[in-house]
Amino acid sequence: MIIGAPRELQVGEKRVAMTPNSAFQLQKLGFECMIETGAGNGAGFPDTSYKEAGVKIVKTASSLWKQSDIIIKVQAISKIEETYLKKGKTIISFFWPAQNQELLERIVSSGVNQIAMDMVPRISRAQKMDALSSMANIAGYRAVMEAGNHFGRFFTGQITAAGKMPPAKVLVIGAGVAGLAAIGAAQSLGAIVRSFDVRPEVAEQIESMGAEFLLLEFDEDGSGEGGYAKPASPEFIEKEMALFRDQAPEIDIVITTALIPGRPAPKLWPKEMVDLMKPGSVIVDLAAEQGGNCNLTKANKVITTDNGIKIIGYTDFPSRMSAQSSTLYSTNIRHMLDDLTPKNDGKIKINLKDDVIRGALVSYNGTLTFPPPAPKVSAIGKPTTASENTGISKEEKALIEQAAIRKSGQQQLGLLAAGGLFMLIVGNYAPASFMQHFIVFALACFVGFQVIWNVSHALHTPLMAVTNAISGIIILGALLQVGSNSFVVTLLASISVFIATINIVGGFLVTKRMLAMFQKS
Amino acid sequence: MLNPNIVTAIYIASSVLFILSLGGLSNQEKAKRAVWFGIIGMGLAVFATVFGPQVSGFGWIVPMIILGSVIGAYVAQRVEMTGMPQLVAALHSFVGIAAVFIGINSHIDPPTGLVGSELIIHDVEIFIGVFIGAVTATGSVVAYGKLSGNIDGKALLLPARNWLNLVAILICLWLGGLFLDHAGSWTLYLMTLIALIFGAHLVMAIGGADMPVVVSMLNSYSGWAAAATGFLLGNDLLIVTGALVGASGAILSYIMCKAMNRNFISVILGGWGTSTSSAQEVEGDMIATDVSTVALDLEDAQTIVIVPGYGMAVAQAQSAVSEISRRLRDKGKVVRFAIHPVAGRLPGHMNVLLAEAKVPYDIVLEMDEINQDFPDTDMVIILGANDIVNPAAQDDPNSPIAGMPVLEVWKAEQVIISKRGQGRGYSGIENPLFFKENSRMLYGDAKETLDQLLSKITMK
Repeated sequence: MIIGAPRELQVGEKRVAMTPNSAFQLQKLGFECMIETGAGNGAGFPDTSYKEAGVKIVKTASSLWKQSDIIIKVQAISKIEETYLKKGKTIISFFWPAQNQELLERIVSSGVNQIAMDMVPRISRAQKMDALSSMANIAGYRAVMEAGNHFGRFFTGQITAAGKMPPAKVLVIGAGVAGLAAIGAAQSLGAIVRSFDVRPEVAEQIESMGAEFLLLEFDEDGSGEGGYAKPASPEFIEKEMALFRDQAPEIDIVITTALIPGRPAPKLWPKEMVDLMKPGSVIVDLAAEQGGNCNLTKANKVITTDNGIKIIGYTDFPSRMSAQSSTLYSTNIRHMLDDLTPKNDGKIKINLKDDVIRGALVSYNGTLTFPPPAPKVSAIGKPTTASENTGISKEEKALIEQAAIRKSGQQQLGLLAAGGLFMLIVGNYAPASFMQHFIVFALACFVGFQVIWNVSHALHTPLMAVTNAISGIIILGALLQVGSNSFVVTLLASISVFIATINIVGGFLVTKRMLAMFQKS
Repeated sequence: MLNPNIVTAIYIASSVLFILSLGGLSNQEKAKRAVWFGIIGMGLAVFATVFGPQVSGFGWIVPMIILGSVIGAYVAQRVEMTGMPQLVAALHSFVGIAAVFIGINSHIDPPTGLVGSELIIHDVEIFIGVFIGAVTATGSVVAYGKLSGNIDGKALLLPARNWLNLVAILICLWLGGLFLDHAGSWTLYLMTLIALIFGAHLVMAIGGADMPVVVSMLNSYSGWAAAATGFLLGNDLLIVTGALVGASGAILSYIMCKAMNRNFISVILGGWGTSTSSAQEVEGDMIATDVSTVALDLEDAQTIVIVPGYGMAVAQAQSAVSEISRRLRDKGKVVRFAIHPVAGRLPGHMNVLLAEAKVPYDIVLEMDEINQDFPDTDMVIILGANDIVNPAAQDDPNSPIAGMPVLEVWKAEQVIISKRGQGRGYSGIENPLFFKENSRMLYGDAKETLDQLLSKITMK
């Protein structure tokens, strides 16, 4: 099959869905690749570099669309491109189906299969094709660069002959992929980084990046499905605002990345906070496209407020680093195609049973396949209780436990009864001297079972060695027999003494040797 | 000479000391003290018996004890920790042989004054004691051979083997009946011979990953043999100690069986790894990697779990592993070891090997302690382990190991598998883990591979 990458038509879009490198890999999967002339220019990949990678250069978009079976793009198709749609073709691009319902309906009715890269479920298996994370990573990094560009001071603190400069204080709100990337970038520039997120489980990740996690004392978990955050309650928001109010006067740079899927961005940094900040401070609002986390943000613009604060509302951070973002995006696309081509024979096969493909597929063979069934796996392992994991309520769990206890109780009762009966039978026939020993035996077995259950797993080998040693106690029997009048008995008993001694001495010494090895760190 | 009551008092002290000695193994620090309890208990018991009223023949006893002590001490100092399974098996066989000799002795030179049912009981005790002793003796010898590699580790499956075993037991029962009827000593000797063959055959039929169960089962038998001897001689200390050891072995066998989701009876009946049931065919490729890539990945990883298996012991790679883990920990990474209950050929074998290589025991975790941490782990390194990390145990109901608890390593970000070649493991089962997308195979001898890896990991 032929994969074609047309030139992006949206104004300002510099990314491209195929790079020479990804084309090379795609050909390994058995595909033929073609690209519209000049498609890679914005990202720094001239036609010649594609030609070297074996990609066919096509003059016009219409001929590319005609020849290709699979179209890979960055942005969803435009009005012009809709005229090229033909049944049976497959498009792989960002799509935002929830926001683009009408376009989706038109695509479905045209019979084209659409795979939306933004709908790839956030499960670990799909990370390699998670284009949103790739783009968010770039956006986070670029946000710091843009902030630095508009910020009049150093990030890192310095003491020079000309005076002392304090390090910049950066606050990153929302520690998703973009937030973490921003933390990393700001941190490596030498700033003091603080971060806040409504999902308590990301605290560890924030701290692992070297930032300080601003803890909010409140008993609410903001984690929603699929690793995203969910809307917070009014009480929670009030607490959050109080926290930000404390921070605002100190902070030099604020980077907000808070998004809730399918909703306008939450207003986490209202005008009140902006007024509290020092002149010269910078706000980078990565949520500008969804209305912004700050209500002063203007999408695609940099504004300066009356008190001298710059608010950056760009929405095209990835496109501003088009070489990097094209490389990552084209790799995501290649991984997607890799999964779609199980036999590596250059023919895609859409497997609806595959959670990842099913999740990203929004139009298939003329039917609407959006929204997909909800993904079940949380992106980040939550320290949830067992009852939540298995979907069993606490009451049911208690019932099951009770039943298990009852069952084991019955078993124990049965065993005791059987044992008692056996004792009765033995007692009825055996002589008294035997019964005395038998009591000792039964009690010893019992003590043995109680004691051994407490032995730590790690010490099972020493346990075996020490039981080897003490089973050498059989030497007592041999000792008692050595003095016999029969030579055979004396000889056999002596041999027994000899080997039992090996057992005792060898067993104890090797146990000692082993135990001495166990050292605590 | 000590009077009988003093001897009994000392025996009571000994049994208490033995119980304390076993109980002390509940943690590493207590255990170091506990082993002294055992030594003192044993010393007291031997002392009391030797100087007790019933013993003579010091001319035999003293040289034998000295010789035995020297050999025992020599063996204990020289044994490699990887050779522990063999040593344990060999020591079991000694107890079995001693039990057989003592039983036969007691038949040749019976205690006086036994009448009626006491005599019958005495004969029954001889018969049972010798039977258990003989089975333990040859069973342990075969186990020793298999563990040390002198005998092929695979299960030897004679046709109709279960019938052969049944016939052997029935003949022994019949001989027992004759023996009680005073048909003559030949019945006892013939039974001993059959029991010896039976013991060997029993263990020959068990192989592969079932060996830890066999070793702990023989451990249990050696205890029961000692207890039977105790009954025979009317010696309570022998009974108590034998019962303690027997119980210990039985619990270990139970734990091992549970860890493999195997029924004890089916382990004893043998035939592991020979089932022809249609396990799922595995699709996909095994992707090889090399030492430099792994070294780079290790530098990036924050949380690392190392899963050692028998392959690590075979390759003697534990000190290289220990050094690698130490360097990684010095760099601030979280490195832990995950031990499956049946890893190795002896319960707790891996713990001892790692301890020998100076891995601190508080970073060596059991399966239940670490299984829930795999999803948050960046990298898992598997060293010569196979079945204990096989996802088929959970996914494939037709797999021979279906239902066995396994280490869920595949949930980690990346899994590196160090393995000699593409072949299957000891149990001969295909492992789908090797074909997973996040798995990378690192072929080669574990020790060489790890030494190379060590040279690539820089010191802090």
